[in-house]
Amino acid sequence: MVTNIMTGLQNISGYIYPNEFELHWGILIVVYPYLTGLVAGAFILASLERVFNVKVLQPVYRLSLLSALAFLFVAPLPLLVHLGHPERSFEMFLTPYTSSAMAMFGFVYAWYLMVVLLLEIWFDYRKDMVIWSKEKRGLMRFVYRILPLGVTDVSEKSILFDNKIGRIITIIGIPSAFLLHGYVGFIFGSVKANPWWSSVLMPIVFLFSAIVSGIALILIIYMVTTMFRLKTMSMPCLNKLAEFLLYAIIVDLSLESLDFIQRLYESEESIKILSEMISSRLFLSLIVSQVILGSIVPMVSLVWARFGRLPDEMRRMAYFIAAILVQVGIFSTRWNVVIGGQLFSKSLRGLTVYKMQLFGLEGLLMTGFLLILPLIILYLLSKLLPPWPDSEAKVQYSQAGDHGLR
Amino acid sequence: MKKKKSAPLSRRDFLIICSKALPFTGLLFFPFTANRLLFGQEIDEYDPTQHDYAMGIDIHKCIGCGRCADACKKENNVPKEPYYFRTWVERYIISTEGESYVDSPNGGIDGFPDLKGDIDILRTFFVPKLCNQCANPPCVQVCPVGATFASRDGVVLVDEKYCVGCRYCIQACPYGARFLHPVKKVADKCTFCYHRLVRGLLPACVEVCPTQARIFGEVGLRSSPLRRFLRFNDVVVLKPALNTKPKVYYAGADGEVR
Repeated sequence: MVTNIMTGLQNISGYIYPNEFELHWGILIVVYPYLTGLVAGAFILASLERVFNVKVLQPVYRLSLLSALAFLFVAPLPLLVHLGHPERSFEMFLTPYTSSAMAMFGFVYAWYLMVVLLLEIWFDYRKDMVIWSKEKRGLMRFVYRILPLGVTDVSEKSILFDNKIGRIITIIGIPSAFLLHGYVGFIFGSVKANPWWSSVLMPIVFLFSAIVSGIALILIIYMVTTMFRLKTMSMPCLNKLAEFLLYAIIVDLSLESLDFIQRLYESEESIKILSEMISSRLFLSLIVSQVILGSIVPMVSLVWARFGRLPDEMRRMAYFIAAILVQVGIFSTRWNVVIGGQLFSKSLRGLTVYKMQLFGLEGLLMTGFLLILPLIILYLLSKLLPPWPDSEAKVQYSQAGDHGLR
Repeated sequence: MKKKKSAPLSRRDFLIICSKALPFTGLLFFPFTANRLLFGQEIDEYDPTQHDYAMGIDIHKCIGCGRCADACKKENNVPKEPYYFRTWVERYIISTEGESYVDSPNGGIDGFPDLKGDIDILRTFFVPKLCNQCANPPCVQVCPVGATFASRDGVVLVDEKYCVGCRYCIQACPYGARFLHPVKKVADKCTFCYHRLVRGLLPACVEVCPTQARIFGEVGLRSSPLRRFLRFNDVVVLKPALNTKPKVYYAGADGEVR
């Protein structure tokens, strides 16, 4: 670490406070809002089908829910790994300091996991699990017998009740998803010491970028999984996803531009060092990766693919590439917020550098692991609770009647 | 009441009375030493509610020797590496064109290098920096577990047995006064040498300053040197627009200082 910082010294321009030589929030803290954003975005997409009755999105409804859950499991891990004393992390639950934005994360997270996602998934899959518990053999049969928690009634009435509750949970879930990620934005936006972060728009920008990344993620996962399952993709569904993705990008880019223009126009004390940072240290990740590759190119290609006259294969290809670019763009957005906010000195007199490590708890490999882990969890979840439209269990009333298992 | 005619005390009588009283003066100190004498204990009489500390810094007096930063590191076992400081000294060089150049090599502990290049110097000065012990501390506000807190005597402290090392406070400090202790993995910062304060001593940096550029004392006490400093100087605090209400007051600070 020492050598890392010593080499860093040579790359410092201007004056920074001596305690600023070490960057305190590294790539793991970039991963954290990125993952949380994917959770919120995927859930909001699921709610489109459930609450707003966008029926063409049916094929990705369950997939969105499971993806949200898989990513939510991993979301707090980068924070935990990054703590100086992870063993004390439970103090945030036991003795939270209520004025701290960070202290509330545990509760928002718990609420979202327990009340929103797990409940909704349970209500959504309960009928299926009851039926699978009769169809499957061996261990899986046992698992499916436990998971409905004894509620094995699959009568028409009980399924209607499940649907109703599921809908209510989703309605509660939308503001919760907004809360989850808007709140992550607030963690940064409320730091008045940092002119790069301190902005009322931060929670809103975070939210819309979350929606962008969530839709793009589901688009990617849906295309890849359907391809590997050798099924045909639902083109209306893909078109709808692409449309929503396009609208979300437009809103997101507008908000970010607004923030940017406002800063430039107000031209406060910090503008000199921030402009210097954008044109040097952040040029690649902000201008090239976030704005051009991550927003403008996907936007143009989505418009072209969705509204142009293209064969379906070309269209799918364009959607896929746009979605991948969007992921790169949103990751850069998180990078630019978290790392960018620490590259300039709070003395507003100098710039520093971030040297990423390869190994170690806060290194690149760990980051890669944390980004792949949710996909592994999603794979396992999809084995347990298949989210595919064709695998949904159908109740055969002629056989099962309305008695369920016994 | 019956008035007694009192003759002025003669010098002789005065001295006699004094000499008689002398053996009893020891009693005056007895309450302070009783615990130690009788129980071998330190007296636990420090009452934080009776104090309200602040620091004044007279920029005109600072010669940039860096002894304060050095003393601080030694007194508080701050890691020696040049990027962990509870206090440090900055050198400002303002050119005739109005450009300002700031540096603080090793926090000023080893002094400052000669100026190179052809800057047309208008004025130069040194600025000692430390935690501002804000009355409205953003670091305390953001700590998720309440490990950093403002004590009743106005000093912002970190409970190192409680800090989870999330570093949110470091981000929230506008003055760069906090760092993560590389060994303890907890947030660390200036405490005004709290362990010395409770014994009635001055912070180490104040103690060693050869020019008395650092003035320490009670805000509420008329006789304190700090009160005098605040009375006779035009003082400013750093980054007042952030409403952190610092309790480190600078006399003679340039507008360039931030």
